[in-house]
Amino acid sequence: MAYFDAASTEPLHPQAREALIAALDVGWADPARLYGPARRARMLLEQARTEVAEALGARPDEVSFTSSGTQAVHLGVLGALHGRRRVGRRLVTSAVEHSSVLHAAGVHERDGGSVETVGVGLTGAVDPAAFREAVLAEGTALACLQSANHEVGTVQPIAEAAAACAEAGVPLLVDAAQTAGRMPLPGGWSVLAASAHKWGGPAGVGVLVVRKGTRWRSPLPEDERERRRVPGFENVPAIVASAAALRAMAAESAGESARLSALVDRIRTEVPRLVPDVEVIGDPVARAPHIVTFSCLYVEGEALLTELDKAGFAVSSGSSCTASTLRPSHVLEAMGVLTHGNVRVSLPRGASSADVDRFLAVLPDMVRRIREDAGIKS
Amino acid sequence: MTSAQAAAEGATQPPALTIDALGKKCPIPIIMLAEQINYVPRNAIVSVLADDPAAFTDIPAWCRLKSHHHVGSHELPGGGWAIHVRRNY
Repeated sequence: MAYFDAASTEPLHPQAREALIAALDVGWADPARLYGPARRARMLLEQARTEVAEALGARPDEVSFTSSGTQAVHLGVLGALHGRRRVGRRLVTSAVEHSSVLHAAGVHERDGGSVETVGVGLTGAVDPAAFREAVLAEGTALACLQSANHEVGTVQPIAEAAAACAEAGVPLLVDAAQTAGRMPLPGGWSVLAASAHKWGGPAGVGVLVVRKGTRWRSPLPEDERERRRVPGFENVPAIVASAAALRAMAAESAGESARLSALVDRIRTEVPRLVPDVEVIGDPVARAPHIVTFSCLYVEGEALLTELDKAGFAVSSGSSCTASTLRPSHVLEAMGVLTHGNVRVSLPRGASSADVDRFLAVLPDMVRRIREDAGIKS
Repeated sequence: MTSAQAAAEGATQPPALTIDALGKKCPIPIIMLAEQINYVPRNAIVSVLADDPAAFTDIPAWCRLKSHHHVGSHELPGGGWAIHVRRNY
């Protein structure tokens, strides 16, 4: 099976696996206690915090571990809004954020706050001028922008958004789930959320970074853990493994990201050459190194995913029939691109050139057969 | 005729053909449109009635890819939309 769904989850990095097994034996005790095994667990936890902080360009005391990237986003968004309640109740976000941001925004709205959604162009990027205007409006408490889009890979103008936020005195929350460990992140943000299983760590670890001087108050009941930012007993072994994976990914990323990016370029060039009536989606240059999405006209997304699965390819799709909902992906809708016949290829570390070749070899005939079955003449 | 004039005209021009794709899931409404747009003369309007949310995005996207003109989409009282497309060539 060629696994091309790294944007959903990256396979466990070998160094994370090794660290996880070792930490299960030595890092199981309660890091808040005072005896030997507890001190050992605390030391491992704090060492992991220092490593993650370094990789993300933060200070260790700004980093908290959550139970998922989704929880990091929920706490980041709602905590920053809560902390700035007196300044205003307005949240600015883009139309193509991950559902965790949109759902947190929904809670804020139900709680009496307002949400301003900035639209995107055909490539999926927000217009920096439109984002700036939205941020500068009176009563803005928080702005949210992803580092890169999870469905189409387009990189967002984080540096420009951060400059606008600095001008307005508004904190910027960056959802860096798709790029952490894969590409450098511009500075200037106040809150950052990421997810360890997207960079080769185990599931069950998210990262919430709240910069010094950023007002933040937990929206959840008080708890002593993680500097009162995240409730619940820390999963020390998984956190240790996550830090090992991030360190390894970041160390490899200069070479590996360039290699994967070249494979993505090949797919972006070859798919429209080999398959008629295909729209390759997202920015061809300003993009995450490992993600490429295209839509095939007159093809049902689910049929294509089923055929690709039979041929040994694990990919994902934003077409409506493939998701659990009846609606197509809100990202594709907001971009105004074809939502049916959609395929997202996201390459994990080590994805082979031969597998990409095989993908390009089987795809044209597959699409042709599905179109023929639907009565389309080629 | 400029495209702005054409667009303004298209907004009032009655459709030469109506395709009933209500209850049909994408890509079927688009497949029907791609086939049947050839039955109307150039510059005529085809109205696609569809209630799959994907059609609302995908028909304008199809127009962009195929260089036809998406005139506008109007909500239908019973749910769904009448999506108007002008044949450009």
